[in-house]
Amino acid sequence: MFEGFEGGRLPAAFMSAGTSSFTEFVRSVSPELLPGHHLPSGEGTEHLTPDATTIVALTFPGGVVLAGDRRATQGNVIANRDMEKLFRTDEFSAVAIAGSAGIGIELARLYQVELEHYEKMEGRVLSLEGKANKLAQMVRGNLGMAMQGFVVVPLLVGYDENTGTGRVFSYDAVGGRYEEHRHHSIGSGSVYARGSIKKLYKDDLDETGTIKVALEALYDAADDDSATGGPDLHRKIFPLVDVITEDGHRRVPTDDVAALATEVVEGRAAHPDGPTVTLR
Amino acid sequence: MSMPFYVAPEQQMKDKADYARKGIARGRSAVVLQYEGGILMVADNMSRTLHKISELYDRIGFAAVGRYPEFENLRLMGVRFADVRGYQYDRRDVSGRQLANIYAQTLGTVFSESLKPWEVEIVVAEVGDTAAEDEIYRITFDGSIVDERGFVAVGGSSENVATVLKERFVADAPLSAALHTATRALARENGEERELEAGNLEVAVLERARQHRKFRRVHGRRLTALLEEGRAGGDGAAGASSGAAGASGGGSNSDGDSSGDQADE
Repeated sequence: MFEGFEGGRLPAAFMSAGTSSFTEFVRSVSPELLPGHHLPSGEGTEHLTPDATTIVALTFPGGVVLAGDRRATQGNVIANRDMEKLFRTDEFSAVAIAGSAGIGIELARLYQVELEHYEKMEGRVLSLEGKANKLAQMVRGNLGMAMQGFVVVPLLVGYDENTGTGRVFSYDAVGGRYEEHRHHSIGSGSVYARGSIKKLYKDDLDETGTIKVALEALYDAADDDSATGGPDLHRKIFPLVDVITEDGHRRVPTDDVAALATEVVEGRAAHPDGPTVTLR
Repeated sequence: MSMPFYVAPEQQMKDKADYARKGIARGRSAVVLQYEGGILMVADNMSRTLHKISELYDRIGFAAVGRYPEFENLRLMGVRFADVRGYQYDRRDVSGRQLANIYAQTLGTVFSESLKPWEVEIVVAEVGDTAAEDEIYRITFDGSIVDERGFVAVGGSSENVATVLKERFVADAPLSAALHTATRALARENGEERELEAGNLEVAVLERARQHRKFRRVHGRRLTALLEEGRAGGDGAAGASSGAAGASGGGSNSDGDSSGDQADE
């Protein structure tokens, strides 16, 4: 690592015209900083880092909402109650992770630097497709780790300035990239969350309505999946909610989420299975 | 056969310095100064895409004059260094002083070791939590580094520009007034008075109150409005009273217009 400056110079790579990709650059000057540099060997390594679970993403006219629960588990043990699985990656995009927490957090952090680095080097922002493809390459780069049991699956949401809409991209462990329409969810509780969203989602919901649907879905996931945490009213731990619109990325303040989440929990006191829809 | 002439080291350094100074003097100047909301960077630049002013990191901006490919190289180096540092440790662990030192060492090595010195002069500015914590460094072609207070001018005839800046600089002026000061200083560059329009100016601010990344370019309608406002407030009474009048207008304008001019980028 270039801690000092031997001979008063940084390594030549710093000055070369070279690449605009941060990952490629770091690989050439100090590869030990990158996640997955040393592949673990041997079996039964899954217990080394906890798992992060349910994430939901829903679009609404002119934007997109991303929400995630706060629990991380190691087997049957709750490893963390207030984990943050949502990451603002730049002004108009955010990433959430499910799977091996330690690897996922590092992946998200690297991705964040990657986008900013490109923007500064090139003097322009990547297109949303470009951002989505870049993330696919990074997930594919983690394939070796995934084979050892450290699977990380991100969910990318962003506001597309060209079309004026919110968009959602999902990934599989080998880096397959899939654009999702209207809504999607990932993680161990995603099956229950998706069922819930399908019944409550409408195309013309406003921002607050969309956040409510997201919170109901996370509640349903926590209801049936032991690895997903519901709103914790006593400890004041609530899901994280990010909203991206043409005004950029915004993390919804805890007090606002608390009010909406409390409403959801109180609603469940009367109807434990949540709101119902009328058959038409 | 021919023997190379002996050239005294003093003479050699002097020749190199003269060469670099002449090269830099051919280009236009740039100024960096504090205003009430952070640090303002202004360069006399015709090009919309070949920037003299850029972002290095969250709180740190870069302004340069001289030969474009040479300072562009330095800019890329700084961005790489800052991003690697910030990724390795934490975003707060990247400082303007580190970057200024690296630039000084690099330019110093180039100046003493290579035949041709780099014809560049750069400014590294870091906006702090308060105006007292702002840092502005000027680094010259030979690797000298100066810690400047309040304002700095670099480039061609920076003495002329600095003289005007010294006369007109007010530490906590509103943005429009600070911009007016900067453009007046740049306009006086060659002793003669020129009128600088939005099209010849590259303007950026490091906004103290801004979240995440503080660097932000000012262009399009917002720049034109700020220039007009500065002219209206600045020429009538070039003093503290005009600064106060412009303050309210400057604040509301910069916020209201900001989303609009993102689009024409």
